[in-house]
Amino acid sequence: MAIITMRQAISDALWEEMERDPKVFIMGQEVGVWGGTYAVTKGFLDHFGEKRVKDTPIAESAIVGAGIGAAMVGLRPVSEIMTINFAFVAMDHIVNEAPKMHTMFGGQMSVPLVIRTAGGGGRQLGATHSQTPDAVFAHFPGLKVVSPGTPADAKGLLKAAIRDNDPVLFIEHAAMYQIRGEVPEGDYTTPIGVSKVQREGDAVTIVTYCKGLQLSMAAAEQLSQEGIEVEIVDLRSLRPLDMGPALASFKKTNRAVIVEEGWPSYGVGAEVATRLYEAAFDYADAPIKRVAQKEVPLPYNAALEQFALPQVDDVVAAVKEVL
Amino acid sequence: MALKKKDHLELYRQMVLIRRVEERSAELYQAGKIGGFLHLYIGQEAVSTGIVSVRQPQDRIITAYRDHGVALNVGISAKAVIAELLGKETGVSKGRGGSMHMADVEKNFWGGHAIVGAHLPIAAGMALGDQYEGRDGVTICMFGDGATNIGFFHEGVNLSKVWNLPVLWLCENNQYGMGTAVDRASAVEQIHMKAEGYGIPHSRLEDGMDIMKVREVVGAALDHIRSGKGPYFLEVMTYRFQGHSMGDPQRYREKDEVTKWEKSDPIGIYHRYIVGEKIATKADLDKIEEAVEAEVNEAIEFAEASPDPGFDTLYDYMYASKE
Ligand SMILES: Cc1ncc(C[n+]2csc(CCOP(=O)(O)OP(=O)(O)O)c2C)c(N)n1
Repeated sequence: MAIITMRQAISDALWEEMERDPKVFIMGQEVGVWGGTYAVTKGFLDHFGEKRVKDTPIAESAIVGAGIGAAMVGLRPVSEIMTINFAFVAMDHIVNEAPKMHTMFGGQMSVPLVIRTAGGGGRQLGATHSQTPDAVFAHFPGLKVVSPGTPADAKGLLKAAIRDNDPVLFIEHAAMYQIRGEVPEGDYTTPIGVSKVQREGDAVTIVTYCKGLQLSMAAAEQLSQEGIEVEIVDLRSLRPLDMGPALASFKKTNRAVIVEEGWPSYGVGAEVATRLYEAAFDYADAPIKRVAQKEVPLPYNAALEQFALPQVDDVVAAVKEVL
Repeated sequence: MALKKKDHLELYRQMVLIRRVEERSAELYQAGKIGGFLHLYIGQEAVSTGIVSVRQPQDRIITAYRDHGVALNVGISAKAVIAELLGKETGVSKGRGGSMHMADVEKNFWGGHAIVGAHLPIAAGMALGDQYEGRDGVTICMFGDGATNIGFFHEGVNLSKVWNLPVLWLCENNQYGMGTAVDRASAVEQIHMKAEGYGIPHSRLEDGMDIMKVREVVGAALDHIRSGKGPYFLEVMTYRFQGHSMGDPQRYREKDEVTKWEKSDPIGIYHRYIVGEKIATKADLDKIEEAVEAEVNEAIEFAEASPDPGFDTLYDYMYASKE
């Protein structure tokens, strides 16, 4: 297995899918000449040409809407929204058009569209540019929402998303493109809607995804030095949500901490905790804890921003609280 | 392009069919058998009938929520239309769409879309699909005057020119968006002038009540686009005789205005044309009207006798991919 960055894994997935299927193409702001805001599509324009690497105007509804239309008539578009903060101006197309088409026309149309975007805070971009509103999008039936935590999953999940016959919102983390991890050689897909145990342990179950996985892994190292072995379940997909591994783990450890970067109110943690309680209330030996962002629009000041964002220490503290 | 007698009779039949289906639907609505919104197309029949009669089979049609006319023009049966209005499993969208969401993909009719203007970027994407695959189809996107004031309009129309997409933007200016007259909502009253700002050739048909004129201008616009010259913008002046939807008290317009327009009833105009040009006799047209009457009666019987979708089918069309 090669060790590559998240950026490379995502780029490879896209490249390989575009090589594999001529109906796959990418469109978005600066995906072509610029090479992608996060350099994911560097070199794509030279190789695939303008037909398949399409620079768009700054028009998020057009980027997603045109993706929907092209998908409806048989193409496999990947529409890139520069960051998830700009997805709000395309909200109608993401949550109200793409996921409704198949149902509302009685199965006649499908929308095999991938919307790639990057979320997350921590880069001093201020409140409008630092959000993790994943739960907002995961709220809508008909839309699939995927957010990988490792390069291997990023590659496999993006390939699966491109081959999926339904609209998939693929959320990357803007501060994770540099992280490295082992990625299998050759072509593979990672199924959407399947959670994974990323670390085994018996003390506490941590349920998390995306950047939360990085925090949790770091916390697990620290805790391990104190003899506390946590089990980490990576959701990978927020919709469909596979609770299987989290539930099994909770029944084993009887304690759970949920780690997410978004705000806790109405969030992923709220959903996961409720499901654990609903299905396994009797197994709980302590109240389930949530580690999440503080409930404010994220400040610019670096120290204040970090204070508002969940940290490794917060995860460590939460685990000790439920023990 | 020259029409034979039987072609004229067929177009006349379609216009009368739209009228009867809608008149009877209004009754069914009043009787509480049709739920939700019901937006009637009465008064505008010459527009959709004219458009559909000159398009080639490879030309896609997509429209807004006032969609019964197009649905019948493309050949969706009165049975399937009325059954959809009644929410039945035998409806064209299997009872999932209702009045505003009718489509038949096999007939290259891509729906009925209920969010004002949202289908414009989607239409651009469908046209992109044809351009990408090298097909010579034109996407005909119909929308109201009101839709030209929402951001989607700008994004979709702009993109169509930037990418030179084969799309006909067809604004049906029926002079009101709900209760708001064009001059109270649009900075430019001559809607087609908006295309000027995007460098798209445009024109306005003053007499959209005359199907022969609609056919002529739409045919020319389609030829223009098919010859590779990119998008075209056509504004067709028309009028809706009924309120915006059922139960609209129409306080925003004078009775006189409606009465005046009713004198240019598109069906009356076409009737006079056919008889005046000695294409067919009044008796021929009477016969068509009787046949339509019977067809609609039968359709209502069929729809009323049709089953509701079973509760066990609730999730049937949530995802296109079957795991
Ligand atoms: C985004 C959005 N805002 C408001 C509405 C409510 N609405 C439905 S139809 C309509 C008027 C649209 O007028 P126009 O586009 O001229 O079409 P017409 O009814 O004349 O055919 C409005 C405001 C909606 N469906 N979508």
